[in-house]
Amino acid sequence: MKIEKASPTDIVLALAGNPNTGKSTIFNALTGLKQHTGNWPGKTVTNAQGHFIHRGKPFLLVDLPGTYSILANSPDEQVARDFICFGKPEATIVVTDATNLERNLNLALQIMEITSDVVVAVNLLDEAERKGISVDLSKLSAELGVPVIGTIAREQKGLTELKDIVDDIVMKKLQLKPYQIRYSAGIEERINQLSLKLEKILRGKINARWVALRLLDGDETIIESIEKYLLPSSIDLRGEIASW
Amino acid sequence: MKNKIPLSSLPIGAKGEVELIMVNGLLRRRLLDLGVVPESVIEVIRVSPAGDPTAYLIKGSLIGLRKIEANQIFVKQL
Ligand SMILES: Nc1nc2c(ncn2[C@@H]2O[C@H](COP(=O)(O)OP(=O)(O)OP(=O)(O)O)[C@@H](O)[C@H]2O)c(=O)[nH]1
Ligand SMILES: [Mg+2]
Repeated sequence: MKIEKASPTDIVLALAGNPNTGKSTIFNALTGLKQHTGNWPGKTVTNAQGHFIHRGKPFLLVDLPGTYSILANSPDEQVARDFICFGKPEATIVVTDATNLERNLNLALQIMEITSDVVVAVNLLDEAERKGISVDLSKLSAELGVPVIGTIAREQKGLTELKDIVDDIVMKKLQLKPYQIRYSAGIEERINQLSLKLEKILRGKINARWVALRLLDGDETIIESIEKYLLPSSIDLRGEIASW
Repeated sequence: MKNKIPLSSLPIGAKGEVELIMVNGLLRRRLLDLGVVPESVIEVIRVSPAGDPTAYLIKGSLIGLRKIEANQIFVKQL
């Protein structure tokens, strides 16, 4: 995970979303680069990076592989997850397909469990209109607790507004309160117990509640990634957890 | 109960409504992430030349599932 900042002041942004939702089209429109786009999923396989300037500030945009999940069942998912968790993006743009919001929001909700600095782009609004689907963007935003911007990336529509919102998030001008999934009482209790212990080790470097959820899920890959990216080698997280 | 059949037994072109996902762990997670949830409708599109995997249309995307995966998803044929 190499981040190619042009200058140390670059503001890092992540571009995440399901496969084939228009991430690279947005990436190309914003950065002027030519990432592979096309109408089949799985085109973007590594983290393409590009720069743009907005409101006089330099941004570094990272185009992630399309995934349905960031719970790391595949290498692509792990790349996307590791970047969102450990690449320290100051905001994450979740690109969704307006014609298929139900499944797309699954990923948005997963990302909102990790970080609150999220904006949802509802892309392909032209396709949605063709199919007779209309999306109530302000209601969606109220329900999700994060900004929602409608876009038609292929026609470059909505992208200035998207950049404005991203800058507002980075500048902490917005009050974001991402919707958090509540689990059953028993699970919430386990989450709380684990989070308390984890927080002592993680010290705010990553959302402890989210790590607790992954451990309860039996996800071993998150331990490795935390040891690799966040902790000094003197700390044996796996050993600690095994002793609890 | 009587019309609950494994997704793998649906013929090409048939549609089924998901009733039960009899698998746990990572595979269950993957299926849920793909939109295989109770009440969602899955259509059988085609079988690969080798007979496995089979391509299904799930919430607007073509997704390949192996037989051992599709065996554990129970649907009501529509
Ligand atoms: N009609 C329409 N097509 C779009 C829009 N945005 C992108 N597309 C098209 O959708 C297809 C997929 O776009 P990409 O940008 O390659 O999608 P991606 O999310 O990067 O895809 P992966 O990297 O494979 O996950 C391309 O054919 C684009 O031209 C849009 O707003 N409207
Ligand atoms: Mg792409």
